[in-house]
Amino acid sequence: MAEGHSPLAQFEIKRLVPMQLGDIDVSFTNSSLMMVTSVVAISVFLILGMRRSALVPGRWQSVVELSYIFIANLLKDTVGPQGRPYFPFIFTIFMFVLFGNLLGMLPYGFTFTSHIVVTFTMALFVFLGVTVIAIAKHKMHFFSFFMPPGVPMYMAPLLIPIEIISYLSRPISLSVRLFANMLAGHTLMKVFAGFIIALGAAGIAPWAFVVALTGLEIVIAFLQAFVFTILTCLYLNDALHLH
Amino acid sequence: MSDNKKHSDLDDLGARLNQARKDPIDPTRIEKNKNSEKGSALSLAFRVGVELVSAVAVGTAVGWGLDKWLDTRPWLMLVFIILGGAAGVMNVYRMASGFGYAVGYQKDNSDAGNNNQSGRD
Repeated sequence: MAEGHSPLAQFEIKRLVPMQLGDIDVSFTNSSLMMVTSVVAISVFLILGMRRSALVPGRWQSVVELSYIFIANLLKDTVGPQGRPYFPFIFTIFMFVLFGNLLGMLPYGFTFTSHIVVTFTMALFVFLGVTVIAIAKHKMHFFSFFMPPGVPMYMAPLLIPIEIISYLSRPISLSVRLFANMLAGHTLMKVFAGFIIALGAAGIAPWAFVVALTGLEIVIAFLQAFVFTILTCLYLNDALHLH
Repeated sequence: MSDNKKHSDLDDLGARLNQARKDPIDPTRIEKNKNSEKGSALSLAFRVGVELVSAVAVGTAVGWGLDKWLDTRPWLMLVFIILGGAAGVMNVYRMASGFGYAVGYQKDNSDAGNNNQSGRD
């Protein structure tokens, strides 16, 4: 039980089914288990929620519809009608991150979004996808992206590297934001939960704090999923419309 | 009396429904948007920090990579750390100048778009 005492023990990756593919470790870990769980949970939530698809929706169905409309409107407001083909992707990202964050709130759960590998991989694919879309759509014109309009030519040698670095920093800021929020929040919760027993009767104070913090964490789970999605939409918007 | 009241309730509901149909944005979105746009000072500070640091990190990595490739250690890395810092400040400036999250590019391109032709090679 000793490992349970560290506030960081919750982020430990455990191999559930060890597997090797050549030299690469492809074990099925608790992180993979939570990802599979969240995909299954999303599928159950969406498919069973729409099973009867009544004209007057029940509670479950209206939550499903609400989440659909929420992302559809988000996409429409940030990207416009051209963004419609990308709706399935955006919706998948939102649901995956949201369920990952929320399932991590369950006791004994594991938050896979608290690992930079996971969030950075997602951000990297968003970044590469958006860049490919932009190049496919605008061909060489895409590279004018790095030269803001109305800048004198002699500034170009300085400004273009800066713009390129700024562009390349997108996946990092996108992934770090999600990862750091989840990591910090969950660590803070564990630290304060540790005080409850240690303080004995006075433990009521950190206990009350942890209750409040749990609520805050759930809000952050939603907010960070939303932020990840809206940033993806903004990048997509840049790719489709350049300046 | 009560019948009359019911009618007016229904009319009211009808009016609200029509209003809602005209304005198909659901209320949760606006609220959330407002929340995240304004946010707390802490989350703003966090965003600024991430933007600033990530650009410097990318600048450093690019410089290091170029150095390794061109065998010019350590000069390009020094240059690119500074460029990365500049990019970070630019990110923050863009974010702060009323753009929400965007590491985006100029939004009102009505007048800037004309200059684009000359700006582009």
